Amino acid sequence: MRRYLTRKIITYVLAFFVGVTIDWGIPHLMPGDPIQNLLGRFAGLNSASYAALYHQFAQAFGLNVPLWEQYLNYWKGIFTGNWGISIWATGAKVTTLVFQAMPYTLALLVPAVVLSYVLGNRLGAAAARRKWLDNTVLPAGYVFQAIPYPWLALVVPYLLGDVWHVFPTAYGYGQGLIPTWDWTFISSLLDHWFLPFLTVFLVSLGGWSIGMRNLVIYELENDSSRYMRALGANERVVRRYAYRNASLPQLSGLALALGVIIGGNIVTEVAFAYPGLGHLIFEAITNEDYFLLQGIFIFIVVGVLIANFVIDLVYISVDPRTRLSMQGSTT
Amino acid sequence: MSESVSEVPKAPDTPGAVPGAVATPVAPVAGAPVGLGAGGGRVRRQSDFLYYGLRNKKLVFGLTLELLLLLLAIIGPIIAKYPDQAYTGFPTQHPGSKFWFGTTDAGQDVFAQVVNGLRDSYLVGLIGAMSAAIIGMALGFIAGWRGGILDEVLQMLTNIIVMMPALVLIIVIGSYLSHPNLLFEGVFIGLTTWPWVARAVRAQTFTLRSREFVDLAKLSGKRPVSIIVKEIAPNMASYLFLVVVLLFGSSMLLAASYDFLGVGPTNSVSLGWIMQQASNEAALQLHYWWWFIPPGALLTAMVAALLVANVGLDEVFNPKLREQ
Repeated sequence: MRRYLTRKIITYVLAFFVGVTIDWGIPHLMPGDPIQNLLGRFAGLNSASYAALYHQFAQAFGLNVPLWEQYLNYWKGIFTGNWGISIWATGAKVTTLVFQAMPYTLALLVPAVVLSYVLGNRLGAAAARRKWLDNTVLPAGYVFQAIPYPWLALVVPYLLGDVWHVFPTAYGYGQGLIPTWDWTFISSLLDHWFLPFLTVFLVSLGGWSIGMRNLVIYELENDSSRYMRALGANERVVRRYAYRNASLPQLSGLALALGVIIGGNIVTEVAFAYPGLGHLIFEAITNEDYFLLQGIFIFIVVGVLIANFVIDLVYISVDPRTRLSMQGSTT
Repeated sequence: MSESVSEVPKAPDTPGAVPGAVATPVAPVAGAPVGLGAGGGRVRRQSDFLYYGLRNKKLVFGLTLELLLLLLAIIGPIIAKYPDQAYTGFPTQHPGSKFWFGTTDAGQDVFAQVVNGLRDSYLVGLIGAMSAAIIGMALGFIAGWRGGILDEVLQMLTNIIVMMPALVLIIVIGSYLSHPNLLFEGVFIGLTTWPWVARAVRAQTFTLRSREFVDLAKLSGKRPVSIIVKEIAPNMASYLFLVVVLLFGSSMLLAASYDFLGVGPTNSVSLGWIMQQASNEAALQLHYWWWFIPPGALLTAMVAALLVANVGLDEVFNPKLREQ
């Protein structure tokens, strides 16, 4: 047990290290000189003022020290909360922008991921080896699994927004409103939240239900299930055990999919102009705001790591083998 | 077996179809690899596969649809009346006999764009799946065969790569590249999705390497590479094939997301790019549905056909899953 946790924690620490190093390294490894690019925007510089400005910028960005020192400074900045200043949002701190955007992203992702996971699993388990349900859930599941997400994020708002005018299709809340905690604002928030939530929910639903269906079928054909039937166990009991056995691989599947889910959220927020982290990242790219881009990247890496850790804890509490070995080690 | 084996889930991980996620087939990892022990001669087994394959409705349906779409991707650009970027002078035409899928607001032929995008999608999917298969197989075989410290290190690497948000990474890298092309996108997808192959290959190698026939090959003095190629790989070929087919589909979906965000190839027309253009030009608000419905619908059909064919193949390879 302890070995399992140690291994996990080492993986997380290493992943964080790799993430930060990639984040730091990419701008340095890429061809081109950012300061040169920046100075390219100034017209009519003579060589003396160019050199002076170059020196000035190199100092301001901390690029005038050796590479290893820049790398160490980067780490120091991360731990002291000095994540740099956004160029796009004229001088706002990267951390402020990120913390402003984060609630929107969490409000979108957490319910969508949890609900699609839970409902998808239930649906898939119910469909396994039940003719008529399987014949509807399975084809629908394949279609949903095959839908390119950007397309869903166009078709759903087109139908529910532009054609039938049921829900607003862009922004986090009504653009005429000032964010306060009154009922009009909250209902506007919910109204704008629904469509992006629905698309993320729908696109994950098919995969979970198909995965669960296949796993439950596999479990129902298992020797242990056959043995239970031979003992005369009720089919409902057999299915319950099959479901519990099948949820473990599904849970580790969720952990593996998190990086894709959290990254994929960018498409959602861009398509719906939803003011979360994904949208912020998009603004950062279009405005060539590299500090902001780097800051968000680290935040997303940390988010994936934390979510993974939570799933680890759930896994430990769900899997009786690890749970028992834990109790065994404490007594 | 060491403790690390217990970390491998009993069946392959099946993440949901989150934007572009990778799904893996049902074939049990810990169980007997598919086709193992069918020692009754290669000829009979192959005709068995053919027999069940042709009678499997899912496989026949999926394969037929996929071949039709592939045909469209190949001959579409030839039969299209206009080049994909040409301005025909007829902006925002509804679909009709002149323009089968209508035209964009700048007067480009949507049909020409979509069939070119189809071709690009297949190419990206192929490059992505192949590069992921090569890296994943190499690392999976090494980790599964050697075990020990090397295995620990490779597993750690696999877990780290899985946790890196690829979409964010390609955005960061892409924002520094002036003109990313199709090859870059495909290889990038391969570089971020190989862990799925590696995990599957490693787990299978682990269960196979302690079998009698592998021991026999070892005793007869065969070199590890030839044991892996001749003894281990053939026994997981069908399973591996299913993993790669699924990766092919998910690579196409991932590419569509990248292109939609504008970090994909800048020098060609792709399905994601068409959707991005439609979205940018307010096709939704102006109800130009023919502009953004066809590219996504065709891509859905491409990937769904693959998934269905894949399940059919799974049932052909694995008798336990056949309809009862």
